[in-house]
Amino acid sequence: MKKKDVIIVGAGPVGLFAVHQLGIKGLNAVVIDNLDKIGGQCIELYPDKPIYDIPGVPECTGKELTDKLLKQIKPFKTEFFLNERVDEVRQDNKVEWTVKTNKGNEFLSPNIIIAGGVGSFEPRKLPIKEAEKFEGKYLFYSVKNKDDFKGKNITVFGGGDSALDWALELSKFSKINLIHRRNEFRGAPHTLSELKKLEKEGKVLIKTPCQLDAIEGEENIKSITLKFDDGKVEKINTDIVLSFFGLTMKLGPIAEWGLNMEKKTIQVNSANFQTNKKGIFAVGDICSYPGKLKLILSGFHEVALASVECFKRARPNEKYRFEFTTASKTIQERLGKK
Amino acid sequence: MPKITYIDNEGNSKTIDVENGLSVMEGAIQNNIPGIDADCGGSMACATCHVYVEEKWLNKLPKAEDAEVDMIDMAFEPKKNSRLSCQLIVSDELNGLTVTTPSKQS
Ligand SMILES: Cc1cc2nc3c(=O)[nH]c(=O)nc-3n(C[C@H](O)[C@H](O)[C@H](O)COP(=O)(O)OP(=O)(O)OC[C@H]3O[C@@H](n4cnc5c(N)ncnc54)[C@H](O)[C@@H]3O)c2cc1C
Ligand code: FES
Repeated sequence: MKKKDVIIVGAGPVGLFAVHQLGIKGLNAVVIDNLDKIGGQCIELYPDKPIYDIPGVPECTGKELTDKLLKQIKPFKTEFFLNERVDEVRQDNKVEWTVKTNKGNEFLSPNIIIAGGVGSFEPRKLPIKEAEKFEGKYLFYSVKNKDDFKGKNITVFGGGDSALDWALELSKFSKINLIHRRNEFRGAPHTLSELKKLEKEGKVLIKTPCQLDAIEGEENIKSITLKFDDGKVEKINTDIVLSFFGLTMKLGPIAEWGLNMEKKTIQVNSANFQTNKKGIFAVGDICSYPGKLKLILSGFHEVALASVECFKRARPNEKYRFEFTTASKTIQERLGKK
Repeated sequence: MPKITYIDNEGNSKTIDVENGLSVMEGAIQNNIPGIDADCGGSMACATCHVYVEEKWLNKLPKAEDAEVDMIDMAFEPKKNSRLSCQLIVSDELNGLTVTTPSKQS
């Protein structure tokens, strides 16, 4: 079990700036995120879109903001646990919380800052009942090791880049059916034209406009039924189903930690962003208080205040001193400037 | 104020007055209409504000942008009359619009 001053749940912009505000106060932290990358909504939903309302930064994309925040917190050498969802929060003694992830990692700390946005990003599941039964064995929402898919009959669902890229890649050593709900694809045109070429050669089968209606099979998948827009149905044989419908945000386990919640947000005291549980804080999109705005700049303010309360809990025998970064030698040392 | 009717997937319907300039999504959220999640707050990034619009309205509504149609690909059980309610801005022309929410949003 790792012991830290603060455990941060969520590596979105607000979780990242929390590292900074804690770091300059001399507190160490770990950051845990279910995504495979750092940056939350900025990196997952709009990496290339410009943001115009970060104070002092007239224009930067979601990716640029994430990179800048990472640079700003570099001096603190914070450890990130990605691809891990925080599942459990429990109190083992009077002052400390234990946090457990779905990978079994445990952390102990007097403070938890929940910067969980709208919840953890998870793949959008296929909307039919049988899907669950085959998930992880014959039906997948991502490709971890493409060698697992050699020499199979694979059906790929989706019209975006992930669907097209994997259809093309796996067609090198497997038979591919590509299914999309409309005739137009969103993915890169050149990938699509490669696939159309393979379709002419009979190596790839493209079916549109249709959607999945059923999956047949007992132990493993035998076939799937597609329903076309005109009502026609068609059964095609397949061993493996790959589905690429992007990610959704699922509040998930956060709802079970005994926190006061309202409409998927956590109620906080806006003086220190503490929840109804002492030592558990909520900041960024996931917190609510009168006047809350779901803006990145609001989240930055929220972590500044929360970090003060975290300091008091992590260093009960020290006095908190308000300091400016321009004037404080201690802060400058922590930032590696002196 | 224009009236918008929201029908859930079991057929229960609620008609409410929605201020001009709000989106059909915001009208639902502000009036506690269930069935619309709107996880991304209207930034066209989640498809959890997905609704089916009544057929006769399909051609009367401003056409969906490419980005909206792309996002509808991600929605739960999209159909020909699928729209994202965060992109439907209420105006006098939309008075009487009826939308049905899907059985779930994600
Ligand atoms: C298209 C779009 C455009 C936007 N434009 C702007 C803009 O111009 N200006 C602006 O200020 N804001 C904008 N926003 C809003 C802004 O992105 C959010 O306010 C901001 O991302 C919130 O940051 P956050 O750190 O609170 O949460 P998020 O960025 O949502 O990050 C939360 C992270 O927590 C993780 N998480 C949640 N639960 C768990 C768990 N149990 N275990 C592990 N990890 C978990 C999630 O995987 C996620 O990565 C925009 C949003 C969108 C979608
Ligand atoms: S509210 Fe997210 S797409 Fe409409």
